[in-house]
Amino acid sequence: MTDTPAPAAPGTIRLVNLTLAYDRHPAVHHLDGVIAPGEALAVCGPNGAGKSTLLKALAGILAPLGGHIDRSGVDARNVAYLPQQADIDRDFPIDLGDFVALGATRRVGLMGRMAAAEAIRAKNALKRVGLDGMEERPIGTLSGGQMQRALFARLIVQDLPVILLDEPFGAIDDATAEELLGLIPEWVTEGRSVVAVLHDLDLARRAFPQTLLLARQRIAWGPTAEVLTPENLARARAMSAAYDRDARECLIDETETHDH
Amino acid sequence: MITEIFIAPFADYEFMRRALMGSVALALSGAPLGVFLILRRMSLAGDALSHAILPGAAVGYLVAGLSLPAMTFGGLVAGLLIAFATGLASRLTTLREDASLAAFYLVSLALGVTLVSLRGSNVDLLHVLFGSVLGLDDAALMLLAGVSTLTLATLAVFYRALVLDTLDPMFLRQTTAMGEAIPFLFLTLVVLNLVAGFHALGTLMAVGLIMLPAASARLWTVRLAATLPASAAIGAACAYVGLVFSYVTGAPTGPAIILAAGIVYFLSLVFGRAGGLLRLRRPRRHLEG
Repeated sequence: MTDTPAPAAPGTIRLVNLTLAYDRHPAVHHLDGVIAPGEALAVCGPNGAGKSTLLKALAGILAPLGGHIDRSGVDARNVAYLPQQADIDRDFPIDLGDFVALGATRRVGLMGRMAAAEAIRAKNALKRVGLDGMEERPIGTLSGGQMQRALFARLIVQDLPVILLDEPFGAIDDATAEELLGLIPEWVTEGRSVVAVLHDLDLARRAFPQTLLLARQRIAWGPTAEVLTPENLARARAMSAAYDRDARECLIDETETHDH
Repeated sequence: MITEIFIAPFADYEFMRRALMGSVALALSGAPLGVFLILRRMSLAGDALSHAILPGAAVGYLVAGLSLPAMTFGGLVAGLLIAFATGLASRLTTLREDASLAAFYLVSLALGVTLVSLRGSNVDLLHVLFGSVLGLDDAALMLLAGVSTLTLATLAVFYRALVLDTLDPMFLRQTTAMGEAIPFLFLTLVVLNLVAGFHALGTLMAVGLIMLPAASARLWTVRLAATLPASAAIGAACAYVGLVFSYVTGAPTGPAIILAAGIVYFLSLVFGRAGGLLRLRRPRRHLEG
């Protein structure tokens, strides 16, 4: 990966001097980088490092306070985003088949007809995540791991070029994580970019060729083996996650050529 | 005997037929809205919005007297204003929707009472509060039927959007730019039904016809596609039974209809197959696997 702005391939995402903040306190500070199409990028770092914040910005939900995200012409809505705590009403009376089929909403339109092809797509997606035959189960009766599988099935149905996952394997057992992890190389082969926030460095080493080690600022970004070194991890840990109430205005300029 | 009680009132008197048509129209569109209000955990929002409409209708009354267009317009403006202000405040500030709604409707109510008092006129708000289902004229009936048709058509067209906005609002906003507009659209429908309803049942009673059949239907089925028509059917049946009861006993019609809906609700609470008291206390034998 390089910092020199080259003519971007379609689907390339460039972060340009990106600063994201809550209440003016930066959660991600002057971040530059490129996510190529077909790249699996793990985002690692200590708690409070700005990993989830970065994903929200990539999903177009959080507006940058400084710098910008260049999606090379791709609409932010063509980004599939699985938040850490999906804001899903599990009591809603809907069965698993319908829930997963709703992933097609962008494709068929809010008012468009769900063609039979979409039902088949949803069925196949459920089969792929190991939930076949459970179409009629209300989502309220699913276990945590099954719900996570269902959300991955919805990602498959969404069929979008960029997939953002926030701690997707956080609260599920190893077997489930293992199966869902198998989807990531498939997505990469299909030319999709996958960006996943992971706290389990082992998962990052196994399934993600690229890693960004983030501690508000970029500690390292590149091939996973070169990024997740003891020295880099120690530097990331040393970064204080403390919220400095008396922080002064950051005077680093907001121009795009700036590098640090 | 049966005919005398259950059919004759409607066969003999036009005002009974009009009352039936008006309240059934309101039940058909209001009850499915109530189902969505319950799913969105906004059961009390309908009540709050009905209070927000009241001052608008009262101002209409002050300006033009007991005129349907003036009171409808006033109620509509006040209700939509509160609904939109609430939606905006909850999206643009850190205050949540319920807090914003509570604040806005109370201000609206106070403003309405103040305006009425300043005019020094002793307005009889009983009509607005309790309606006059036995005095529905052509215009009121057309309003009820029109709002009912519009509501059902909108629910059909925006069904998926409403489901997604309730189920996973973040996903809807990420998926389509229209996501932001869906809560406003929904509140607009609620206000329209409340405004149409206050001529028949009064603002307070109209909320009852929206919420009670919806709550009852929820206790009988977990399938949304079945809950919506079931709630409409329960609402329509309660409107009919309430009118018959009111005709026979001379009780006021609006409360009679809501009491009928209340009885259905209590029965559903006890006997409902999907979460009723008896089913929860005495579950059926568990399955093998």
